[in-house]
Amino acid sequence: MSRDYLFRRILIAIPSLLGISLVLFTVLALAPGDPFGELVTNPNVPAEIRLALRAKFGLDDPVWIRYVRWLNAMLQGDWGFSFTSRMDVDTLIMQRLPTTVAVIGAAQILAIVVAIPVGVLAATRPYSLFDQIANTLAFVGFSLPTFFTGLLLILVFSIQLDWLPFVYRTDIRASGWQWWWEHIRQSIMPVTVLGLFQGASLVRYVRSSVLDVIKLDYVTTARSKGIGEPKVVTRHVVRNALIPVVTLVALQMPVVFGGAIVTEQIFRIPGIGSLLISSILANDTPVVMGVTFVFACLVVLFNLIADILYGWLDPRITFR
Amino acid sequence: MQEKELQGLIDRVVDGKLSRRSFVRRMVAVGLTAPMATQLLALSGVAMAQTVGDYKPTKRGGGGALKVLWWQGATLLNPHFATGTKDQDGCRIFYEPLGSWDADGNLVPILAAEVPTRENGGLSADGKSVTWKLKQNVKWHDGKPFTADDVVFNYQYVTDPATAAITAGSYKDMKVEKVDTHTVKITFVNPKPFWADPFVGVNGMIIPKHLFENFSGAKSREAPTNLKPVGTGPYKFKDFKPGDLVAGEINMDYHMANRPHFDSIEMKGGGDAVSAARAVLQTGEYDWAWNMQVEDEVLVRLEAGGKGKVRIYPGGSVEHIQLNSTDPYTEVDGERSSIKTKHPSLSDKAVRDALALLVDRDSIEKHIYGRTGIATSNYLNNPARFASKNTVKEFNIDKAIALLDAAGWKPGPDGIRQKDGKKLKYLYQTSINQPRQKTQAIVKQACQKAGIDIEIKSVVASVYFSSDEANPDTYPHFYADLQMYTTGPSQPDPGVWMQSFLSSEVCAKANRWQSRNITRWRNKEYDDIYAEAETELNPVKRAAMYIQLNDLPVKDRAVIPIVYRPQVRAGSLKLHASASGWDSDFFELHNWYKDA
Repeated sequence: MSRDYLFRRILIAIPSLLGISLVLFTVLALAPGDPFGELVTNPNVPAEIRLALRAKFGLDDPVWIRYVRWLNAMLQGDWGFSFTSRMDVDTLIMQRLPTTVAVIGAAQILAIVVAIPVGVLAATRPYSLFDQIANTLAFVGFSLPTFFTGLLLILVFSIQLDWLPFVYRTDIRASGWQWWWEHIRQSIMPVTVLGLFQGASLVRYVRSSVLDVIKLDYVTTARSKGIGEPKVVTRHVVRNALIPVVTLVALQMPVVFGGAIVTEQIFRIPGIGSLLISSILANDTPVVMGVTFVFACLVVLFNLIADILYGWLDPRITFR
Repeated sequence: MQEKELQGLIDRVVDGKLSRRSFVRRMVAVGLTAPMATQLLALSGVAMAQTVGDYKPTKRGGGGALKVLWWQGATLLNPHFATGTKDQDGCRIFYEPLGSWDADGNLVPILAAEVPTRENGGLSADGKSVTWKLKQNVKWHDGKPFTADDVVFNYQYVTDPATAAITAGSYKDMKVEKVDTHTVKITFVNPKPFWADPFVGVNGMIIPKHLFENFSGAKSREAPTNLKPVGTGPYKFKDFKPGDLVAGEINMDYHMANRPHFDSIEMKGGGDAVSAARAVLQTGEYDWAWNMQVEDEVLVRLEAGGKGKVRIYPGGSVEHIQLNSTDPYTEVDGERSSIKTKHPSLSDKAVRDALALLVDRDSIEKHIYGRTGIATSNYLNNPARFASKNTVKEFNIDKAIALLDAAGWKPGPDGIRQKDGKKLKYLYQTSINQPRQKTQAIVKQACQKAGIDIEIKSVVASVYFSSDEANPDTYPHFYADLQMYTTGPSQPDPGVWMQSFLSSEVCAKANRWQSRNITRWRNKEYDDIYAEAETELNPVKRAAMYIQLNDLPVKDRAVIPIVYRPQVRAGSLKLHASASGWDSDFFELHNWYKDA
């Protein structure tokens, strides 16, 4: 792993980010509606004010001028400001990013913690009862969309049993353990929904990738050398089987973010996903651009992390 | 009862010859409601009976946290930039106006020491000036005193075109001066019967001069206080995350005794209306939820949870069908629905009358809206003094058929009525919204029976209700024969709202479809009465004029009113709170309290 490589990867990312921004901006500009739609139906707001606001925020200029202006400001580190809250876009995103990262991170960890042992166990005992059950549950898991499982969990755990809250709050007035406990309690449902959805498809991949490896000659050799079965599996099988899984985890990051958008909406989690939805509904172009840009960066970043992990898992494919 | 007779009675009360109570009793006897009778007195210069609230707590604070849920969170906290009620409500936690509108449309003093009247010298005889006396000893949250300078500053701030304040409409054609440290005088260019628009209600919230004076005009966006409000309200600012959270904590220096009751307030945003209703009515996680755009059937089921109740406050909004008086299919000078054209078949009064008979309002109320939409035959429904008794709501398919037959519209081979090669085939558009699609279906079915073919169209709300000039699907373009949506006055005075039938307000390409008259209906009599009502100071005469202004387009079938839609909120059973259809939900936040 050299610094050159990292530098090259980042350089390659720039044109793709530029392309993404151009497409997004054009699509948003072509989409109908405008950020001051709400003023139209209000009889107390004179038309002049609406027109003045449009002019003030530069909405009457041609699309390409608006794009160049946005890009120029962005290159200088100015993300612009939101039309609806008049707050700087970067502040708005920074307010919400930690929540999203925490929820997605927890969900991803849950997915991995569940999927790897289950997948490995299922693969070491193929077609056993355990394997059958794990497979069935995995199919059910990734066939059910997150908005459905989310509502289902709310119905069961919030409404029938009244165990967990279904509105996520950021201003919990407690400290120490109490604070942690409240946060964990309200995160259980969203993290479960996202994590199990992710985990379900991961189980399938882990299982098949372990099955591929476990039949290889070097595993038989390891076994014949008399190394205990647990050691064979963890040292020799899993490590090699994980390479395709890592790719998958990295490539699935956009899907996770997509799932997070839905989950954030259902549980009212103030993450960037719900910010994106409300901004799209309000035609708040600068925020939509900012959030999607962050998403794009995160996806690029995770791909990079996957590449680095390859090198750690299998030194033969280290990039130079 | 004749207008003159009524005026005589009012004069006798003013002179003290007749008691207020017997006046109200006589009014009720002739069919007026009691609040309406008191209104007549109030506007005629008789001091309004101050309603004594049933506020029980005997000390400030100690009520714990108040948790309210808005399914669209507040996105900004400067009241002069607030684009929707969600923002106005967020601002109203911290900022206060001089006066607020209660649920009956009465003016309640907040930062004013009293409501200006003729008696206390607040209102001038010519209707051209108002003098507001401000409450003494009111402090901003940072400890600075609130004075007349702040009020005058708000006027300057809002009227600076570079500020582009959304509230500017309420501050047109007037001058605001300081008389002394706690008195402000507003002088209007023309006599203004509805003088309580500036500094009152949602457009009247007052921001502190000392924190905003360096940030007016073009620099308005840079004010740090935009995001950290410093007001006079019952709660002080604590935290704000646009679209997600507005948090406040008790203001121990609040200017009303023993108030507020709660130690903190949390206004959570986001999600959807149904789950917000659920969090209040079924699980009790929250105390109050805003704007329950949920079918009544669902609300009734959630109420069975026993934690909260749906609360309904009358307002002015009315769901109505507009009939296009121009031709939406012929293009003239680059626009359709131009007033240079006439609608081929809707220009026949018989057809319009038949359509009005084919709208089954009672079924729509019963099967679709329930408590959240009350069948009406009026465009102007509230406050009660403006509601006309001269219109009828009738659903009668046979009568509609007879009318069409008599007018020569005979069924063609396809069952659709026609005359001179013109068919009764209409495009009926509205926004995508389940109750609206159900209403469309009910109307379509009745029309089918009468031989009128209706083609239904529904447009995404964000497009339909936008000011996009280039998009032909917005409601101001009205490129359809019929369309349906809800609109209404946001204040307890219909003055601005009734512009929607003025000839000078016709929506057209020339004004970039920004004007108010969407139906393009024009009537000289209407224009004349409107102009007169603008400056009519006698409240009884003025109310009579607005009733006429309602009757003209309704009887000529420029519109077919369907249901009027009150404000629907969900509140915990333990919470004592009242909202208003004429002001922010928080117009009386200082009086909210909860049983232990």
